[in-house]
Amino acid sequence: MNLSIVNLKAAEVQVRENRLGSITGFEGTAAELVRCARCGELNDSERSFSQCLGCSTSNATCAVALIQDSAVISHGPIGCAGCLHDYGFTYRVNGKHRGVADPQQRRIFSSNMDENDTVYGGSEKLAAAIRQVCQRVKPNVIFIVTTCASGIIGDDVQGAADEAEQELGIPVAAIFCEGFRSKIWTSGFDAGYHGVARKLIKPPVKKQKDLVNIVNFWGADVFSEWFKRLGLRVNYLTPYATTKQIAVSSEAVATVQICSTLGSYLAAALEQEFGVPEICVSPPYGIEQTEKWFRELGKMTGKETEAEVFLREEREKWLPEIEALKQKLFGKTAYVTAGASHGHALLGLLKELGLCPLGAAIFHHDPVYDKGIDTLDSLNNLVELYGDVPGYNVCNKQEFELVNILHRTRPDVLLARHGGMTLWGAKFGVPSLLIGDEHYGMGYEGLVKYGRRIVNTIENDEFVKNLARHTVIPYSKWWLEQDPCTFLGTGTSYVEAD
Amino acid sequence: MSKPIEQQRFMCAIGAMQTVVAIPRAVPILHSGPGCGTMVSGFFGKAKGYAGGNTAPCTNFTEREVVFGGESKLEELIRNTYRVLDTDLQVVLTGCTSAIVGDDVERVVKTFAEEGKPIVTLETPGFKCSNFEAHDLVVNAVIDQYVDRCARAAEKDSRLVNLFAAIPCQDPFWKGNLEELKRVLEGIGLRVNVLFGPYSRGVEEWKTIPAAGFSIVVSPWYGLKIARRLEEKYGQPCYNFPYLPIGGNETTRFLRGVEHFAAAQGTKLPEARVNAFIAREELAFYEELDGLAAFLLEFRYGLPEFVHVLHDASYVIGIAKFLLHETGIVPKEQFVTDNTPEEYHDRIRAEMKKISDKKDIPVFFEPDGGLAQQRIRDADHEGRGLILGCGWDKRLARDKGYDFLSISHPSPYRLALTTCYAGYKGGLRLIEDIYNTVLATYE
Repeated sequence: MNLSIVNLKAAEVQVRENRLGSITGFEGTAAELVRCARCGELNDSERSFSQCLGCSTSNATCAVALIQDSAVISHGPIGCAGCLHDYGFTYRVNGKHRGVADPQQRRIFSSNMDENDTVYGGSEKLAAAIRQVCQRVKPNVIFIVTTCASGIIGDDVQGAADEAEQELGIPVAAIFCEGFRSKIWTSGFDAGYHGVARKLIKPPVKKQKDLVNIVNFWGADVFSEWFKRLGLRVNYLTPYATTKQIAVSSEAVATVQICSTLGSYLAAALEQEFGVPEICVSPPYGIEQTEKWFRELGKMTGKETEAEVFLREEREKWLPEIEALKQKLFGKTAYVTAGASHGHALLGLLKELGLCPLGAAIFHHDPVYDKGIDTLDSLNNLVELYGDVPGYNVCNKQEFELVNILHRTRPDVLLARHGGMTLWGAKFGVPSLLIGDEHYGMGYEGLVKYGRRIVNTIENDEFVKNLARHTVIPYSKWWLEQDPCTFLGTGTSYVEAD
Repeated sequence: MSKPIEQQRFMCAIGAMQTVVAIPRAVPILHSGPGCGTMVSGFFGKAKGYAGGNTAPCTNFTEREVVFGGESKLEELIRNTYRVLDTDLQVVLTGCTSAIVGDDVERVVKTFAEEGKPIVTLETPGFKCSNFEAHDLVVNAVIDQYVDRCARAAEKDSRLVNLFAAIPCQDPFWKGNLEELKRVLEGIGLRVNVLFGPYSRGVEEWKTIPAAGFSIVVSPWYGLKIARRLEEKYGQPCYNFPYLPIGGNETTRFLRGVEHFAAAQGTKLPEARVNAFIAREELAFYEELDGLAAFLLEFRYGLPEFVHVLHDASYVIGIAKFLLHETGIVPKEQFVTDNTPEEYHDRIRAEMKKISDKKDIPVFFEPDGGLAQQRIRDADHEGRGLILGCGWDKRLARDKGYDFLSISHPSPYRLALTTCYAGYKGGLRLIEDIYNTVLATYE
């Protein structure tokens, strides 16, 4: 395994393709993918037809825009900040559940590059923008996210940031996340966290023995109550945190994360650069991994006894209903489409609830996470705990492949993790469920809640059945009859090592 | 030189992919970086249509294409698009990456056009212009490269008009507005090419563009380049109504204007029919307003007395006129947030001046939502205020203690399907939406 070395002196962090050997095209089974990845012989496949992907610049912004006292400048044409308003909405809606009583407007800017800037350079405009933003917002940190245009014309974003930082006396972080650099838009998370680790996390002054970092998005606050029972305190990173809170994340006793796809790099940076160990098991989805996770957390924090008590109480409370749900769901078929690690979590949940996953379209695959150890390999953990998953496709949100697969598999339920995908289940009359909150399915209780939602989704299928009767499908009849991987480069999905 | 922008309320040039998505069974094909399509969908929200959003084909530039060019990748993508998707029109739009590395997209597209494919291309790098401007360019590209090629040498139909009154998606009420404007124009005896949305007949309708007698552009600036092109190409003159007609006064003024313009072109619309239609519509409109007047004048617990509108120029003028004269809500500082090119500012100011011969209504051309908001924060008006803006303005309204209705993008707080604010029906609907919002604040 190639351990990734965090280098906070470097302006940029490498994209996942280069740093972790991650891929976006594969056709096979989950076990085959794990085997190939373990052999270190995973080759990516190219597609000769493709649809719009996500963008690193948006994911990078996701990692920084929800920091309470930050401002963000997208350095590029106005369109590159087009979807960022959504973080403003998220911030206001979920802030109340995450300890921000009066969530303010997010401060999101575009340097608004025009044609002139692409000819003569946009660095000066950026420099002026940084100062204006500082004056208008008075933030405690300014993040600059780069775009294809600023990247290709070679603007000196680092120089502009460094100069402004000196002058303004607040951290100004340049985040390099041009869309064209990576087909894996989660590379943007790494870029964002690289900026956070470089500019905001301070060396520990005094270790806080009960403080645990949680790398997460903006899910419901389930951890506070859980951790209280263990005698621990949460330090959520990075949404809703303040720069002060992030600064002391180096003083925590451990880092956990809700999804290794999200937090791999930040957790590794905290461990390698600041000595905060990262938990080395997969997140607590499903009974098996929940128990492993709490025991491991107990071990790391000296709370072994409390963890055992917690698990016993949770088991007693929830096991009977889990059994009842299993009876209801036994043998039902399912299909999953999601980002990598969370997709593995969903597949595990399905298996624990007695469903039979027919396959999955997972956005990318990281053969290893930044910590570089096998026990964090969530796909391997899934296969080892629950057996293989057939029809495991790595497919970066290529709708046409998903449509083709759903058309032929027609599962009893579709579980999706990212917007736009449930539509296709519904168009084929397949009950479809998207749960946005990553924390929803965690622990024993999460298994129950997920199970109930799946039961309800399958039961209440009137809407999708009706929609299927009236819907329009732009895909050709020819396409729906082809092999779903027709346009995925042949023979290069993986190469077996000797 | 362009300035930094906070809280943008429009997109870059490639945002005009929604102009393509709004043509029934047309597909935008992006030759761009991976995120452009997602940024556009993310800005507008519900923007998928037939083959937009996640369905839109895209070359998804990587470093390889940045270094070596992406023409062959585009050619392969287009070829396979014909196999995978059933579409009637393909519009290849380029992003910043393609433009900067200098791909010859026209050459690639030409090979397909020569095979007889209904394919069109246009450079839409984000740094070129806004989606407001690019909308005109996309429509012109379709006219030049497709309509021109496919249109049969049809006879002119003097009562057929081409209508350009809404930018699909950027105007959240484009579907409803086009439907209502089509309805009222048909009401006075015209036939209307609306070109976008479910009431157009897709590419078949586009092919009849050259047959129309004249064009109608409803806007003080966007859409005018299309009309100019149609005038050059097909000798079609343009009737330009410089703002969105909302409610009884303005919709009648709009229709009378069209009537006179048509007459000046030698197309006499049947007078009795025009008069009867307008009379019936006004009757229906003012029956509601009559019934409402007592409520507007008497409701003792408080109704908005003044309004700030933050929108594109057409809406700002149209709403300010409408609210002042048909509800009594007084327009205070107004904000044109569409980055209107400077050459049109005077025209818009002049229209704003015409709203009232007693009041001077200040209008600001301010694409930076943050600065527009600052002006509202700093302003101090007596009474209960109303903000008509986008999702960003909800919090501002709360801080000011004003009522708020989301009527522009980005709009996470509002779902718009076929609601219209244009025309007679649109005026009543806007009244309903404003006062329902206000009434909902009471226990």
